Amino acid sequence: MPKLTIDGQAIEVPGGITVLQACEMAGVEIPRFCYHERLSVAGNCRMCLVEMEKSPKPIASCAMPVAEGMVIKTDTPMVAKARRGVMEFLLINHPLDCPICDQGGECDLQDQAVAYGFDRSRFHENKRAVPDKDFGPLIKTSMTRCIHCTRCIRFSAEIAGVEELGATGRGEHLEIGTYVQKAISSELSGNLIDICPVGALLSKPYAFSARPWELVKTESIDVLDAVGSAIRVDSRGREVMRVLPRLNDEINEEWIADKTRFACDGLKRQRLDRPYVRVDGKLQPASWPEAFDAIASRLHGVAGNRIAAIAGDLADLESMLALKELATGLGSANLECRQDGAAIDATTRAGYIFNTTIQGIERADLCLLIGTNPRWEAPLINARLRKRFVTGGLRVAAVGGTPDLTFPVEALGGGPDTLREIAEGRHPFAERLKAAKNPMLILGQGAIARTDGAAVLALARQIADSCGLIREGWNGFNMLHSAAARVGGLDLGFLPGAGGRDLKAILEAAEQGAIDVVYLLGADEFPVSRLGKAFAIYQGHHGDAGAHRADVILPGAAYTEKNGTYVNTEGRVQQAKRAIFPPGEAREDWAILRALSERLGKPLPYDSLEQLRKRLFELKPHFAVLDDLQPAAWGAFGKAGATDAAPFRLPIENYYMTDPISRASETMAACSAAFVATDARKTGTHG
Amino acid sequence: MSSNAPDTGPESFAFDAANAERAKKIMARYPQGRQASAVLALLDLAQRQSGGWLPRAAMDHVAKILDMAPIRVYEVATFYTMFNLKPVGKFHLQLCRTTPCWLRGSDALKQACEKKLGIGLKQVTPDGLFSMVEVECLGACVNAPVIQINDDFYEDLDPQRLEALLDALARGETAKIGSQTGRQGSAPEGGPQVLTGAKAGA
Repeated sequence: MPKLTIDGQAIEVPGGITVLQACEMAGVEIPRFCYHERLSVAGNCRMCLVEMEKSPKPIASCAMPVAEGMVIKTDTPMVAKARRGVMEFLLINHPLDCPICDQGGECDLQDQAVAYGFDRSRFHENKRAVPDKDFGPLIKTSMTRCIHCTRCIRFSAEIAGVEELGATGRGEHLEIGTYVQKAISSELSGNLIDICPVGALLSKPYAFSARPWELVKTESIDVLDAVGSAIRVDSRGREVMRVLPRLNDEINEEWIADKTRFACDGLKRQRLDRPYVRVDGKLQPASWPEAFDAIASRLHGVAGNRIAAIAGDLADLESMLALKELATGLGSANLECRQDGAAIDATTRAGYIFNTTIQGIERADLCLLIGTNPRWEAPLINARLRKRFVTGGLRVAAVGGTPDLTFPVEALGGGPDTLREIAEGRHPFAERLKAAKNPMLILGQGAIARTDGAAVLALARQIADSCGLIREGWNGFNMLHSAAARVGGLDLGFLPGAGGRDLKAILEAAEQGAIDVVYLLGADEFPVSRLGKAFAIYQGHHGDAGAHRADVILPGAAYTEKNGTYVNTEGRVQQAKRAIFPPGEAREDWAILRALSERLGKPLPYDSLEQLRKRLFELKPHFAVLDDLQPAAWGAFGKAGATDAAPFRLPIENYYMTDPISRASETMAACSAAFVATDARKTGTHG
Repeated sequence: MSSNAPDTGPESFAFDAANAERAKKIMARYPQGRQASAVLALLDLAQRQSGGWLPRAAMDHVAKILDMAPIRVYEVATFYTMFNLKPVGKFHLQLCRTTPCWLRGSDALKQACEKKLGIGLKQVTPDGLFSMVEVECLGACVNAPVIQINDDFYEDLDPQRLEALLDALARGETAKIGSQTGRQGSAPEGGPQVLTGAKAGA
């Protein structure tokens, strides 16, 4: 532990850190552009110069390791002059276009120029201009503003794992770019916008639409995948302008995936802003009482077992509880939250959550992927796997599809047969799992959303047991969900009750006319065409598959428009906060269900969100523990049985279109066209 | 060099047998896992095989055999001015214009070239024989002014001698390399001036 003196203050810091980090620990702010704590050190912007005793010239603090007895000064005239000089150089070629730059108001260069810069320029020659690059539909470039900090190059090579950006040319002609014309092919590309300290890389969809000081900032969580990334929703009036990441080391560090960031324009399109009732085969606008009347008259006299309810992928805990209790009140046990038909066994919590935890990946040394493409299902979990690969040499093998995950993946086989070999110890990989220090497996929905899903799940558990994935202080069994509502629904037991039907049975019964009424809580990801003649009530926020099939539409709120609780794939309970109000006559979902229950004569016993949450916490006390994880006890789950030889199918075909919000987003449509060119479902409009 | 420049080169590139053999030898000079160190030498090989310039396909090929991301190779190729990213003539004239050559008449040489060949800097004659660039000091100041044509230096030039040289090259003759005035090495004009009486080993 070296001891050093920073501005006259003695401090003891851990060895191996840099002077800049030591200064931060001492509470001294050091200006910087190229230094980023999650990237490698470049040391090329020179803004972090400080004075070190016995050194004849200022040192770059970001690149200087601390040493015993160092005396650092950051408040001397020499440092001030050095910073002024560096700033003057950085601004030589930087245009003075702050008034038309989107970075204005949240620009490191602007802020530091004010704080540390010289008050005029002595450079009277022409500034250089750099042609802008086309980085695809998400990133807008103004390369003349670039100060060559190379953060974007380091981010794409180190974190995103796509070595596409580089610095070409030299000296005055240096340019940041891909050299060959192409879009940045990463699901994390939006983070380049955040790490760019100037206005060179900007959000294309957000261009020229708002200034940071006009925006209301709401700290919330993302629900477009099951990771539950910490986000900040920036809104103006009744519009979500953009979504940015928040810091949460346990989940997303400080990155978010592109869908999380850019699908927010989908919140403005295809919205259900008033109730509709189907009259003579056509959906007609209606008032709330009319819609409730239509439901009440159809439900009148229908036996409970002829009613079913399906919860969608974006449903919050509160509305799922309200719907569960409403359906139960009507005598129905036909509840289902597994829209993809995944054979998840909800009896043991450890059997359907990501037990290792996202942060726990950083201790793993061997990982088996089963029927999953984490790069698309959970880009931030993939980023953690990559981080562990880069820093800790994590080895990854896969059963069932090996897409490019930005790190090497060993292909073991295609389907359940390989799993069985591993489970029974006949496959060499079983020995490697046993020999590993912290082995883990990630079971994707692609492996269990099939007819032999329960048997596959049992095989995965058998591997976990027989290969020692469950140890003292380590649980290597992980299920990766792609829907934000799933773990919450399973925790809540939004599942077939005694004698109730599951998704397959509900659909079969509906086709045969044995189910009369289906309540869809934002459920769009199952074959709605198989609902037969059943009367469909769709409660949700977007005019997607479910709404098109519906007989009554009740307009609900999207995740930015309600206070909702979600449980991420790790089993972490988090609350999303309302940033704006729902459009038109749309209402918060739990309130719709509460009002409908009143009309149906079976009022739910809560009149406010607080009361509802109180009930939620009574039912499942773990919901009251926000943002924290409780280890789940290991147990038996799955049902051993015969398996199909068919290889596992990866669950997501198009990362950019997985839910009603992203399907409504123009930005996501542009990404699909740019990045998922070989999409099997390519339509005629794609040229 | 602006990126996103249209590439007029071939669709594909691969080292011919002799160069592939050379490339293998060069790569073997570096420790296992450090093959990327061979990038400069391999780019040079590729440039020679492609007729004096580096098409993108050639850079991609080098990236592939060195297991590097293509962008890392583009970074290197665009950094060094001796890698040509656009086609050059069969005879690539590199006119030195640094102070000693300039004092000794490099401007006149440049004008002579422009007049003779009808091209400006960074251009190629329509017959593909000549191309011309200005370069910084070639390190042969004693015999200034100097022009490097492909790998060879032609020294002690003036416009007349340069025209004769270009004519000879265009006719396919081999021109004399080095001083065009018959100077021996870098010795003073007219031969050695000192130590003329001393004998070697005396």
